[in-house]
Amino acid sequence: MKYIVCVKQVPDTSGKVAVKEDGTMDRSKMATIINPDDLNAVEAALSLKDKNPDAKVVVVSMGPPPAAGMLHEILAMGADEAVLVSGREFGGSDTFATSQILAGAISHMGIEDGDVIFCGRQAIDGDTAQVGPQIAEKLGIPQVSYAADIEQNGNILKVKRALEDGYMSIEVNTPCLITCIKELNTPRYMTVNGILEFDKKPYTVYDFETLKDEPLIELDTIGLKGSPTNVYKSFSPPVKGAGKMIEANEEGISAMVKELAEKHII
Amino acid sequence: MYDYTDISAFHGVWVFCEQRDGVLNTTSFELLSEGRKLADDLHTELCGLLIGDKVEDLSAQLGGYGADKVYVIESPLLKTYTTDAYTKVICDAVKEKKPEIVLIGATNIGRDLGPRCAARLHTGLTADATHLDIDTAKYLDFLRETSTIDVDSMKWDMEDKGLKMTRPAFGGHLMATIICPRFRPQMSTVRPGVMKCAEFDDIKAKAVKVEKLNLGLTEDDIKTKVLKVVKETKEIVDLLGAEVIVSVGQGISKDPEKGIALAKELCDALGGGVVGASRAVVDAGILSSDHQVGQTGKTVRPRIYVALGISGAIQHKAGMQDSEYIIAVNKQEGAPIFEVADYSIVGDLYTVVPMMIDAIKSVK
Repeated sequence: MKYIVCVKQVPDTSGKVAVKEDGTMDRSKMATIINPDDLNAVEAALSLKDKNPDAKVVVVSMGPPPAAGMLHEILAMGADEAVLVSGREFGGSDTFATSQILAGAISHMGIEDGDVIFCGRQAIDGDTAQVGPQIAEKLGIPQVSYAADIEQNGNILKVKRALEDGYMSIEVNTPCLITCIKELNTPRYMTVNGILEFDKKPYTVYDFETLKDEPLIELDTIGLKGSPTNVYKSFSPPVKGAGKMIEANEEGISAMVKELAEKHII
Repeated sequence: MYDYTDISAFHGVWVFCEQRDGVLNTTSFELLSEGRKLADDLHTELCGLLIGDKVEDLSAQLGGYGADKVYVIESPLLKTYTTDAYTKVICDAVKEKKPEIVLIGATNIGRDLGPRCAARLHTGLTADATHLDIDTAKYLDFLRETSTIDVDSMKWDMEDKGLKMTRPAFGGHLMATIICPRFRPQMSTVRPGVMKCAEFDDIKAKAVKVEKLNLGLTEDDIKTKVLKVVKETKEIVDLLGAEVIVSVGQGISKDPEKGIALAKELCDALGGGVVGASRAVVDAGILSSDHQVGQTGKTVRPRIYVALGISGAIQHKAGMQDSEYIIAVNKQEGAPIFEVADYSIVGDLYTVVPMMIDAIKSVK
């Protein structure tokens, strides 16, 4: 039995963002982090493993070689194996092509009854929430997205799936795919032993050569060429004209309120 | 034979109209209103896709917001949403009727359903679009208004009738227009609360055509079992419908109770409003996630947005910068929130807000 966790390294967009002259983001100047929702997916797998110690947690990521650092951190948190899916042929993939490649990589590992694939709900760079469900479709397995609670009973998972105004309680057989939200758990930290021993754990790189015999992997379903969507244009939203500075005293504030009242805003 | 690359075989604009317990969500009406414009630009039909158990009676509402036709798919197996059943009937309907565009609201359900359908149909899906265009001329007008691109110095294909789907990326820092040139249908999920609802048209509501689709759906198609659906009887936080929003950020961590009380008082002084929150406040457990404004929360555009002690991470700004009037109060002079504010007040919210409340009361 194994728990496969899909993770992504993303630029940290929570603070200031470095921008190039043409308005696109300068990724080279930005710190990278493990996508926050993916950490909840990692924790979901590790906490199920705490109850089923025989299960193996395999973390998989598609990305350039520097993503190795992130995978090492997850091994230090307690994952058993890491796989980096990396290759020139995979570059430029949209969500369709990305899910095609990850589904191909997971097929390459083999999935069987009892296995669960975990993804974060969405990544903070694109916020699409598409790759998880698309991996499930391409593997032909059921999905439950927005998981806020997971219980495993043998080959059956009971999942609390969040809705805007409540939740659904859903039962699903393994193998299946679950996307995780932050309400699900609090991710654990790396342990000292984990940090000392991560390099003893299996770490594999899958490139195009490794995966080319997988039925899902064709040159016209992966990479830029296999992506149904293209970026037509990208641009920075204009910065709003500078507003008025208001003095933080009674005079300044009453002048502002008067102005708003005159404009019939309040 | 269904061929997703045979572009000329696909016609019509479809909107998936989500209902839960026989009640249509407002996002369906927003999407129909927007879909109407796209269908007009393409000189084609706008069709609503209504899925559930005994839902045909809702068809007139779809007509009222612009649908020419409603495809109704009914089965007891469709009473409660399941990924498998809804994906199957939508994909089968698409394969039979071949629409050129399919729009789905980016609700929790729409974002579960959309990617699964697009993967099965082998086509692209744009996530959470906030602006849609068919006509290049209209798209260029949009760029002139919202970007710094020198539109007129560039060459454009003015005859192009592909769907141009614009969405924020990188937490709203960058806008990207996505196209799906090689495959059909062109699919997008659309952010709730962004597209404007049209006026309800009684004549169109009565004139709407209804076609029932009978698609084979069996219990075996559904691999998950919904044990129960629970509505949480919490107070509804209607950020999307609010005219006035007063949001609180990390600045209230000194005294959260008092901070929230002040925000509520300010709402009342402004004639009633809703309290919003930044991600930091939600992550700290001070307010629940239905208060959250921003990229991972809600996109709002109220008449007045007051940001109290919110630094203004781009994720937050992406969700509120289209508000009509923005007032920001923050201790830090360089806080990014001031970049989008109409009125910037550098100061302590605990002293500034009471002054605001007094000033507002005195002009009323």
